[in-house]
Amino acid sequence: MTQSNERKLTIARAMAEAIAQEMRTDPGVFVMGEDIATLGGVFGNTRGLVEEFGRERIRDTPISETGFIGAAVGAAQDGMRPVVELMFADFFGVCFDAIYNLMAKNTYFSGGKFKVPMVLMTSTGGGYSDAGQHSQCLYGTFAHLPGMKVVTPSNAYDAKGMMTAAIRDDSPVVYMFHKSLQGMGWLGTEQGASVHTPEEDYTVEFGKAKVVREGRDVTIVSLAMGVHHALKAAAELEKSGVSPEVVDLRTLVPLDRDTIRASVAKTGRLIVVDEDYHSFGVSGEVIASVVEHDISVLKAAPQRVTAPDAPIPYAREMEQFFLPSPAKIVDAWGRMKAA
Amino acid sequence: MTPSKEQLHWMYETMVTSRRFEETIEKIYLEGKQPVFNMASGPIPGEMHLSNGQEPVAVGVCAHLEKGDIVTATHRPHHEAIAKGVDLNRMAAEIFGRATGLSGGRGGHMHLFDPEVNFACAGIIAQGMGPAVGAALSRKMQGKPGVAVAFIGEGAANQGAFHEAMNLAALWKLPFICVIEDNSWGISVAKKDSTAVARNDVRGAAYGVPGVYVEGNDPWKIFEAAGDAVARARAGEGPSLIEVETYRLAGHFMGDAEGYRPKGEKEALFARDPIPAMRKRLLDEGAADEAKLKELEARAEDRVSAAIDFARSSAAPAPEDALTEIFA
Repeated sequence: MTQSNERKLTIARAMAEAIAQEMRTDPGVFVMGEDIATLGGVFGNTRGLVEEFGRERIRDTPISETGFIGAAVGAAQDGMRPVVELMFADFFGVCFDAIYNLMAKNTYFSGGKFKVPMVLMTSTGGGYSDAGQHSQCLYGTFAHLPGMKVVTPSNAYDAKGMMTAAIRDDSPVVYMFHKSLQGMGWLGTEQGASVHTPEEDYTVEFGKAKVVREGRDVTIVSLAMGVHHALKAAAELEKSGVSPEVVDLRTLVPLDRDTIRASVAKTGRLIVVDEDYHSFGVSGEVIASVVEHDISVLKAAPQRVTAPDAPIPYAREMEQFFLPSPAKIVDAWGRMKAA
Repeated sequence: MTPSKEQLHWMYETMVTSRRFEETIEKIYLEGKQPVFNMASGPIPGEMHLSNGQEPVAVGVCAHLEKGDIVTATHRPHHEAIAKGVDLNRMAAEIFGRATGLSGGRGGHMHLFDPEVNFACAGIIAQGMGPAVGAALSRKMQGKPGVAVAFIGEGAANQGAFHEAMNLAALWKLPFICVIEDNSWGISVAKKDSTAVARNDVRGAAYGVPGVYVEGNDPWKIFEAAGDAVARARAGEGPSLIEVETYRLAGHFMGDAEGYRPKGEKEALFARDPIPAMRKRLLDEGAADEAKLKELEARAEDRVSAAIDFARSSAAPAPEDALTEIFA
């Protein structure tokens, strides 16, 4: 594609555009959350919506997550398609009953008769010293619980297509967006997340991981911010003649185990990069997906680059020590080679 | 607002249906659980929360509701489900864990869902508040008729979900009614040991919502209070809060020894059993004669036995169906 017709959007704008397009065609779609109307969302992903759709459909809520997420479940069951924002994934602690006991279970408990077509969008990730109640990813926490789809885009193209798919989905979707990918200057932004994004509406199918860089020697599996770390590490490793393949999971539920397995079958080596906690989470699940299927494909023990099992610290030095980075991925390759 | 003769007949028949249903379930529940009580045994496994004594609340409120109106109920949902018109056969089958149950055996007695009459319930205290408020919001946004009623227990008024949902309903002036069934016990903890507020209707003031307390487990008074609230909601005037004094004639759940009740309380409550009381008043006021009451009672018996027969004769679900209907 030529430079002239390229249409680069931030993830924040891509999300808002997808919501606006669905709202124009489906009167059942509405948005609820804290600071999503006048302010346009603290992470910019509802900017411009209240101006176009008004306060009835772009609805600022009180600080009352149990109330409005529970209400979204009831509205969804009654034929609406609410998009609700949980400002930080960390805040799930005040409202998880509405999420995993109602939103995620009512379809099952009704034998499929009540549909709960809602999107719960929520921000994840650290890196800007917001400490341990505003920096968590919690991918594994959400993905662990059955009954809700869980997706997390790494770039604006996927962000738009996945938001459109999420709104049209008849099942509840947890849409997790990483703050460092939003294109908000004040958070520090990963430039690689802002990519060409078509103006017309389109969907990105859930359950399909994407090989974002082809390679021969090692598969680096990641998601959201970690994909960008992986691509940077891959470029670094390439200089020393190593050819890494990078897989962007995009969807956690349903998880595309086939793409992971096919890539590792080709490269024989696996590094998982996950900004969520080390134990009982995404990284272990990805490794298990490979080894329980065919352990013989592995030429070395898999490596994990993750957040350690500790609350996320505030001080810059401590937080940078804590988070995954391209350098840590390069080191993981070194450990793997040495092994 | 007073109930018509037809409404009174419906209320009485529905109360008797609910009571017969509970009595029958109680008996069957104990099959296979004696002499050793094991919750996992018998044709109806799991926890069982019976609604004996609380029937007036369900009928007094649901007498004003239509099929399209929304009800969310609690972990003790049978009387409310029956009053809202949930298919009794499929409800019984769900309680028996059969393939023909409302959700094919996936939910059981605390998770009864019937989209035909917009009924849902949930097993966690105050959990129905948010969804009922959301359904009311949906109706308001769509410009569709309908009110949403959340039935909760008095213990639920101490939960955060109650307060958050009341605040939203008032803020958005929704066609929503919260009905608190005050049976004075949260399992074993008395209302007076749970809150310094004697009557929860006063909590409406915290949200700018009118509140009313109905004494005496009286179907007529409940009908009147609910009628006002439903009319208010239908007229677009916003939510209401009703707390009703009612009696839990059974334990919290089957197998509850009820050692926490003061001596003599159970006997006193049985003396005020609302079903014989309503029967007597119908006769006294000439709203029904003996023949009419017998007819209503017989119809209730028939419905219950048909439902139990349906459940008993239904097939068990295929085990592997446990993995279906997880997503839409």
